[in-house]
Amino acid sequence: MTEAAYDAIVIGAGHNGLTCAGYLARSGCKVLVLEANDHPGGLAATWEFAEGFRVSAAHLLHILNPQVAKDLALELHGLKCAAADLRTVALDGAGGQVAIYGGKVEGVDAADAVAYAEFHRQTQRFTKVLAGFCARTPPRLAERGWGDNLALARLGWDLRSLGKADMRELLRIAAINIYDVANDRFENPLLKAAIGLDAVLGSHMGPRSPNSVYGYLHRHLNDGLGGGGPRVVQGGMGALGEAFATAAEAAGAEIRYGCRVVRIDLQDGRVAGVTLADGNGFTANLVLSNANLKTTFLDLVGPANLDAGFVRRVHNFRAQGVTAKLHLALDGLPEFRGLASTDAGARLLLTPSMDDIELAFNHAKYGECSPSPIMEVSIPTLHDPALAPVGKHVLSAVVQYAPHRLRGGWEASRAAFLQTCVDRLETFAPGIGGMVLASELLAPPDLEKQFNLRGGHWHHGEIALDQALFMRPVPGAHRYATPVSGLYLCGASAHPGGGLSGLAGRNAALQAIREQEAK
Amino acid sequence: MKPHDETLLLDTPFAAGVRRACQLQDWGHWKGYATPNAYEDVEQEYFALRNAAGVFDLSPMTKYRIGGPDAGAFLNRLLTRDVGKIGPGRVGYCVWCDDAGMVLDDGTLFHLSEGDYRLCAQERCLDWLHWSALGFDVDIQDETAAVAALAVQGPTSCAALRALGLDGMQDLKPFALRSFAFDGGELLASRTGFTGDLGYELWTAPDHAQALWDALFKAGRDYLIRPIGMAALDLARIEAGFIQAGEDFVPADQVLRPGRGRSPFELGLDWLVDFGKGPFTGRSALLRERQRGSRFRFVKLDVQGDKPAADSFILNKSGKVVGHVTSAAWCPSAKRNLALASLQMPWGRPDDALYAEIYYSRELHWTRLKARCKVIEGPLWDPPRRRQTPAPDF
Repeated sequence: MTEAAYDAIVIGAGHNGLTCAGYLARSGCKVLVLEANDHPGGLAATWEFAEGFRVSAAHLLHILNPQVAKDLALELHGLKCAAADLRTVALDGAGGQVAIYGGKVEGVDAADAVAYAEFHRQTQRFTKVLAGFCARTPPRLAERGWGDNLALARLGWDLRSLGKADMRELLRIAAINIYDVANDRFENPLLKAAIGLDAVLGSHMGPRSPNSVYGYLHRHLNDGLGGGGPRVVQGGMGALGEAFATAAEAAGAEIRYGCRVVRIDLQDGRVAGVTLADGNGFTANLVLSNANLKTTFLDLVGPANLDAGFVRRVHNFRAQGVTAKLHLALDGLPEFRGLASTDAGARLLLTPSMDDIELAFNHAKYGECSPSPIMEVSIPTLHDPALAPVGKHVLSAVVQYAPHRLRGGWEASRAAFLQTCVDRLETFAPGIGGMVLASELLAPPDLEKQFNLRGGHWHHGEIALDQALFMRPVPGAHRYATPVSGLYLCGASAHPGGGLSGLAGRNAALQAIREQEAK
Repeated sequence: MKPHDETLLLDTPFAAGVRRACQLQDWGHWKGYATPNAYEDVEQEYFALRNAAGVFDLSPMTKYRIGGPDAGAFLNRLLTRDVGKIGPGRVGYCVWCDDAGMVLDDGTLFHLSEGDYRLCAQERCLDWLHWSALGFDVDIQDETAAVAALAVQGPTSCAALRALGLDGMQDLKPFALRSFAFDGGELLASRTGFTGDLGYELWTAPDHAQALWDALFKAGRDYLIRPIGMAALDLARIEAGFIQAGEDFVPADQVLRPGRGRSPFELGLDWLVDFGKGPFTGRSALLRERQRGSRFRFVKLDVQGDKPAADSFILNKSGKVVGHVTSAAWCPSAKRNLALASLQMPWGRPDDALYAEIYYSRELHWTRLKARCKVIEGPLWDPPRRRQTPAPDF
């Protein structure tokens, strides 16, 4: 059975899908969003994992694009921050700490402080160029039109206006590793560890992996737009998902939950609509997929309907997650060694050195979990006490490395790795193990299942230069339009990638609108 | 047989017979196998093909066995033509393209039995077949070394094969297959070839190769059968107007510079592209080409004079270069000086005045010739016996 036609169907109500739907609806399209889960937001989700304790998948808001937030009026639609401009505190577990806040760093000597201030200013200048490029559809390189030449010229101009020294430095470091760059500039191992962790969080990379610098710039995308430190969303990240959904609906989009798309229907090589798991379908000449690249093409369109070369590129898109999410319900507030009580609510990075990260990564290369994992920790209940019963707390940690394809499988290892994580936490916060009332570990296969995220990768696919900018996700689909006429990618698989920025959804919608109008 | 790590060039299963017959020791190589350019005399070998029977060892031909539940669907996605129309026991000429609609290779598809196929190709393409197999339940095996093959081509080929004991050979239709018992094993015969004449190809396991070679030449003696090398075959295929990968087009996966590949339309193979059959690799690009027009036209040219126009530029009336020759030869049976050429659009229309710029040497004295060319429509060499069933007896 096929229901009434829409102008556009968005597959998936992740934040990018909703952003895309919002922009499309604002332009006058009749938009339907189909979401398999019963809540919006994708990884911007909050749920009760133990009685009275609520956690979010993505826990800190780093790079929400200000233009997207403004255009969709997210604050009007319920987005409130419980805390903003969080300090980032790196801990070595032995009492040492380094705190980073804006362009300043505490806990290091004067030389490192000066070097960091300059590094931060340079990062701001670099990410300003990058953020500009990330807010636009990348130009075509092979078959260029005047618009593409203009876009390239604009990128060239942006780079050139950095000045000779900065441009050279950006081109020098963009493709190299953060390990060398941090060692070039800094002495303090904890400061270097904090920078190294920022570069590889969410990626199958260690600090010494080629082009890990790009990961750092991506995480700091908003630095160049005047953005401060990370934010904590009031009510959990799910409230951000709700705000996106409310904004999309206010713009006129319709969202249906519990609707799993199992097929993108084609007619003579172009999109005709979608079919749901229950057999019902919707017709539309425009389908925008917030599902990841492989799900979209290998599962929903099907390889048989695509050219073999394109299928090969999709197949080779690196999208194996290495990041797990740990949630602990705590009887009280843990005390981390060396952490000032005023910093308890900060973004905590638990790793003493870049070598520690690299050693943790080595195991992932061979399909093993790190025996000594690195973590990004936040205790959201310090900013938003309603997330746990009175006097109790929630600890939320992004944990690496936990490869999606674990040797021996996750069923046999989940409990052991959770214990490894708690043991690791114990070395940083003695006594924390005894405070645990309940726990939850979401390994990449769990994220895959819970959020329909093939490969369980936070960003739908590795953020690396060969999968970024002109080449994200793959050549032939880097401008949101795909080889299937009428089908667009609008999720984190597309440029500029993941990270709750909303840019992929916005760019995809604007590109689709432009191309539909041109027809 | 020695493996490749012990010898640069492999021997084919017919090596003992081939080496004995190759009086000139004029060896070439074909996909890693030693193969004669000529056995005794190129012209005599060519005339055996046209007036008696020539035997060509085509064992080095790349051969893939394709089976499994999705074999037909997989091939239909791979090839530009409708595989559904090649029934069991039939053979079809085919090409396959990359995403941009540029030809990767041409070959023949043997539908051995329901859902069981053999794809014969000029180039090795196992990786492309495997990439194309994503999402299909197919089994792909490289059986190049596991199948010994001989082409028997020419007017007396059918009679020679009957004398070999292949009863009923005369009733095999063009592009049909039939299995025979031979030497305690199986011999598969197909009425196919690369000469544009009456002819067959024989396929068997390497164990029976020596016996087949010996028996064939014994049975064929009265039919003036003789082994032929690559040079004679090349002359025959040019005369027949057949294109060859690497000569008349560069396989798309070997092209380095943008725009140097050729689409099926640009090779005159429009009849192999079926837009109605559903998705296949290159379909969107070829549809776009159909709408926007092709860049090149592939033509057969009748070149004035008798100097082969090999590697020549093709000029228009005002002397502008409008294309180049990809293969050329004086064709002894058709009695024409033929050139296969790739011309820029719109050149190559029936009435276009075109000239081949030919350089040739007589005792190191070089002469430049501007020979008038006429576009030939239809085949140049197409004897009725090529299509007749039963095949005529000679």
